[in-house]
Amino acid sequence: MQAEWRPGLRESYLFDRNAIAEIQRAAREGIYDIRGFGAKRRLPHFDDLLLLGASISRYPLEGYRERCDTDVVLGGRFASKPIELKIPVTIAGMSFGALSAPAKEALGRGASEVGTATTTGDGGMTPEERQHSQTLVYQLLPSRYGMNPDDLRKADAIEVVVGQGAKPGGGGMLLGHKISDRVAAMRDLPQGIDQRSACRHPDWTGPDDLEIKIGELREITDWEKPIFVKVGATRTFYDVQLAVKAGADVIVVDGMQGGTAATQDVFIEHVGIPTLPAVRLAVDALEELGLHREVQLIVSGGIRSGADVAKALALGADAVSIGTAALIAMGDNSPELEEEYRELGSSAGFYDDWQAGRDPAGISTQDEELFSRLDPVIAGHRLANYLRVLNLETQTLARACGKSHVHNLEPEDLVALTIEAAAMARVPLAGTDWIPGVGGSR
Amino acid sequence: MGARAVSETAVEVVDLATTPLREVNQRLHDLAGGAGGPARWRVLNPRGAHAVACGLDAEIEVEIEGHVGYYCAGMNQLASVHVHGSASTGLAENMMSGTVVVEGSVSQSAGASAHGGLLVVHGDAAARCGISMKGVEIVVRGSVGHLSGFMAQSGCLVVCGDAGEALGDSLYEARMYVRGDVAGLGADCVEKELRAEHLAQVSDLLERAGFDDVDPASFRRYGSARSLYNFHVDNAGAY
Repeated sequence: MQAEWRPGLRESYLFDRNAIAEIQRAAREGIYDIRGFGAKRRLPHFDDLLLLGASISRYPLEGYRERCDTDVVLGGRFASKPIELKIPVTIAGMSFGALSAPAKEALGRGASEVGTATTTGDGGMTPEERQHSQTLVYQLLPSRYGMNPDDLRKADAIEVVVGQGAKPGGGGMLLGHKISDRVAAMRDLPQGIDQRSACRHPDWTGPDDLEIKIGELREITDWEKPIFVKVGATRTFYDVQLAVKAGADVIVVDGMQGGTAATQDVFIEHVGIPTLPAVRLAVDALEELGLHREVQLIVSGGIRSGADVAKALALGADAVSIGTAALIAMGDNSPELEEEYRELGSSAGFYDDWQAGRDPAGISTQDEELFSRLDPVIAGHRLANYLRVLNLETQTLARACGKSHVHNLEPEDLVALTIEAAAMARVPLAGTDWIPGVGGSR
Repeated sequence: MGARAVSETAVEVVDLATTPLREVNQRLHDLAGGAGGPARWRVLNPRGAHAVACGLDAEIEVEIEGHVGYYCAGMNQLASVHVHGSASTGLAENMMSGTVVVEGSVSQSAGASAHGGLLVVHGDAAARCGISMKGVEIVVRGSVGHLSGFMAQSGCLVVCGDAGEALGDSLYEARMYVRGDVAGLGADCVEKELRAEHLAQVSDLLERAGFDDVDPASFRRYGSARSLYNFHVDNAGAY
């Protein structure tokens, strides 16, 4: 029976219902909680920033009439074939294995429809993903599942994955019920095992090695492909500088709100730093090296709206990446599936058991009956619609700030609503010129 | 240079003392897909250069006259690469097919995540030999360092000498054969019976490696106990 508040009953702030339920679950099951999605706790985020629209000292651009460009070129530092995107939003790496084959195809279709890139994941490149992705980034992960030079050459860019925002310092995880015959074959693993991916690369261990590794990847691909380095946000300033010095064309910084298909809840909620300070630290690192904009910065972790995109760009990112939001756009957590979510002990809007392989939306599953429900054409089109909205919203905000390209947004266009956000993003608290930790008179 | 028929006899000699590595690798890559060109190559003066002869994808023979740095023959397909010297980290990493032979010793992570092909080391291999291997066959005449075969998924590692600590830690279906002492086994790695099929496998690999003075029956076999394949809290102490 559901507990109910009545007058006189006082809930502990410390031992709230979630804390009590987790203690009871741990005592019952004797194993940590593994789930999908990203951090669910309240964190300083882009909601804590506001944009300053144009006024007397700055004039805006006419909505729908005056141009506000959104194109992005990634990888021009060393690659002979940089990639060109029409919008500053890309699809983050998500594996075939974590996601169904139709879901991966839908991601490619949606991204291609609006002229942006999608990314493989821990498990290799599927033919349908390559076929339906106009621009595809191929991840080189510690596990090297499915890694092969033929796919490396087919890719449009290569992303060396050092870490992921949901679990910096942790490896991948794919539980046995999602290791289907096809997934097992692609990963050279026995069917049905609980697969733990390595957290360290097998053939390099530090920044000096990384530079040599990137050199090898460039040699294998004849210096054509842009090379990204992706880090989970932790010691972001140093990680970005080391990755740039190692020769990266593009840096991807994934804040702790970034999603995951399967990770321990304690890891998701307690390791890493939020996306907001991570952007600032990454831009600081690039500016100190004199390479801001020459080395592009992609930021991910909790991007939901054009407002999030515009604020990330204003802080200095060249593009953002989405994962969780893309899955929601394709049908995850849809109210139409409420009855089935309830049967799984969850509810639409709360469902995060992406590790379990029973996803009624057919996205985070390898069950044929379930994944057959997902029409990759329809799901891809829904994703494309959502990406268009993100882009239109970003343009709307950029025009209001008088910018003819979304990259012209700048920190000067931002203020913060909270002291924490002001300190982390290093923009003034609204109504003051005070940036905590930097100085100011008020 | 236009496409021309593969030459079976002529040896193309390239000198890394005077030719940039990029140019050498590009010429070797241009042979992919049956494009034609010299089938036999000699690379002089590698002097520890990294990424020598990586990304090859043609049935050619490449003789490297000296020591090489990291990632020599990385991601090799089809080619036979012979290093007349020693090799640094990540030799033949992620190799798919072909053969890589090193006359000297190799540094750590030799054959890392390699999916196929044959890797032969005449000297010793340092730590993490065969880490994350996915089908490659590796034969080491000397000894291997700690954590060799770490998370090895499939394929075969034959060690004629000794193995360091934590051999085969967290391995899956790869087979490990060691003739000498094993300093210690890693999590879920156990000694297993050497049956006729395994003896045949070791014999075959020793023969292909050219080590015909080593008795296949003198090896011991190690593999996965498969007790950690599915997470169970009773095994928490092993994780």
